[in-house]
Amino acid sequence: MSKKFTKDHEWISLEGEVATVGITDYAQSQLGDVVFVEVPEAGKQVAKGDDAAVVESVKAASEVYAPVSGEVVEGNGELEGNPALVNEDADNAGWFFKMKLADAGELDELMDEAAYADYVKELD
Amino acid sequence: MNAPLTLKKTPLHALHAELGAKMVPFAGYDMPVQYPLGVMKEHVHTREKAGLFDVSHMGQARLTAHQGDAAALFEELVPGGITSLKDGFMRYTQLTDDKGGILDDLMATRFGETLWLVVNAACKDTDFAHIAEKLDGRANLQIEQRALLALQGPKAEAVLAEFMPAAQELVFMQAVWSDWQGAEVLISRCGYTGEDGYEISIAESKAEALAKALLAHDDVEAIGLGARDSLRLEAGLCLYGHDIDTNTTSAEADLMWSVPKRRRDNGDFPGAAIINEQMANGLAKQRVGILPEGRAPAREGTEIQNADGETIGTVTSGGFGPTLGGPLAMGYVPPIYAEAGTEIHLIVRGKAMPARIAAMPFVPQKYKKG
Repeated sequence: MSKKFTKDHEWISLEGEVATVGITDYAQSQLGDVVFVEVPEAGKQVAKGDDAAVVESVKAASEVYAPVSGEVVEGNGELEGNPALVNEDADNAGWFFKMKLADAGELDELMDEAAYADYVKELD
Repeated sequence: MNAPLTLKKTPLHALHAELGAKMVPFAGYDMPVQYPLGVMKEHVHTREKAGLFDVSHMGQARLTAHQGDAAALFEELVPGGITSLKDGFMRYTQLTDDKGGILDDLMATRFGETLWLVVNAACKDTDFAHIAEKLDGRANLQIEQRALLALQGPKAEAVLAEFMPAAQELVFMQAVWSDWQGAEVLISRCGYTGEDGYEISIAESKAEALAKALLAHDDVEAIGLGARDSLRLEAGLCLYGHDIDTNTTSAEADLMWSVPKRRRDNGDFPGAAIINEQMANGLAKQRVGILPEGRAPAREGTEIQNADGETIGTVTSGGFGPTLGGPLAMGYVPPIYAEAGTEIHLIVRGKAMPARIAAMPFVPQKYKKG
């Protein structure tokens, strides 16, 4: 499926049973140089809107929220040693975690790519 | 994103926009936090070449006594050695209150019997009111509406000398009045990055032309407040309102190097009795450097615990040091924990992260001493 987006600038992409979650390119550009990332461990249960991961730039720490409810199946271990990957490739290699969804219907509440693009345009 | 109309602008505001800066409110001003280069590269550029900072939001003023030496009067308000300053030299000191708390930290430069003062933006109105009130009837405090640029880094001397040859004659903490394209400039060899460099005070109407001329040099990039903060933190320098305030004394803040023995012995500055008592009988807390062992930065407000899990203090500044290549912090702990190497814990997002007390500066200072 195509990506869905939250107002907090996470993206989520479902393939089969498992969805991948990251932050948007807009989010990384706003954060600036990422120096630390903490991703959740496999097995962690998250409800929609829960703190799921942490991303820190030189200047500030930000939370990454779970876009939907479910169970984390994998955190992106790459980011621990190479947090700058979030700046370089937020949309792909800089993903944060993968999760099994509790209710795929929750995805319908999120923005599609066009709606997110409009949303970001209004923020600038 | 439009800043609220109430924010003040420096004379370089239009240039910041032209350069594509991301602006944030700081001390009542709309200021550049970073340029398109980004905090990390701006920081590294300053350490390797030369960075240009707009610090025009800071307060500048000239203190003149009605009779005699302004330095003697100013010593009534600060613990620093001001009367002993040679002509054209400057010192770092603090305005203290009667409890020894720090009202602000500042630079004072002597020119003859007058002093040139540079104070923090957030404190300037209250500082100037305090100085004027305390020295009322005995001195004149002339607030100077001028721009202030800082050029910092190992290439600063070579770059600035192309525009103002007098710059290369100065040593660290020395200043001289010179001119640039018909404008009077005050060149001071000082800064707040730990690097060699200068601050240049110039008429507001000439500031943009000077900034553009400096930025046209291959070795110079514009640097925002984000990198200014990581640079000063690596250099172990205090940020007023965070690492020092009215709840910390010069002794607790580990700033007694800026208080000469003569001033301690005479005890003739605000809060002297309290500071001398602290020095004689020990401090309840003191400012220290902290190196987290992992990769997670510990930000301002982070709780500090000892190895037994007891709360012993708080982080007052913390982040990531691009030159250091890892997280770093400053905070206050009781002296028994203040020795370099002492193991502590930082409570980050509810978890105790191992860290150690560390000597400052975290990155060696590179001042051009005389």
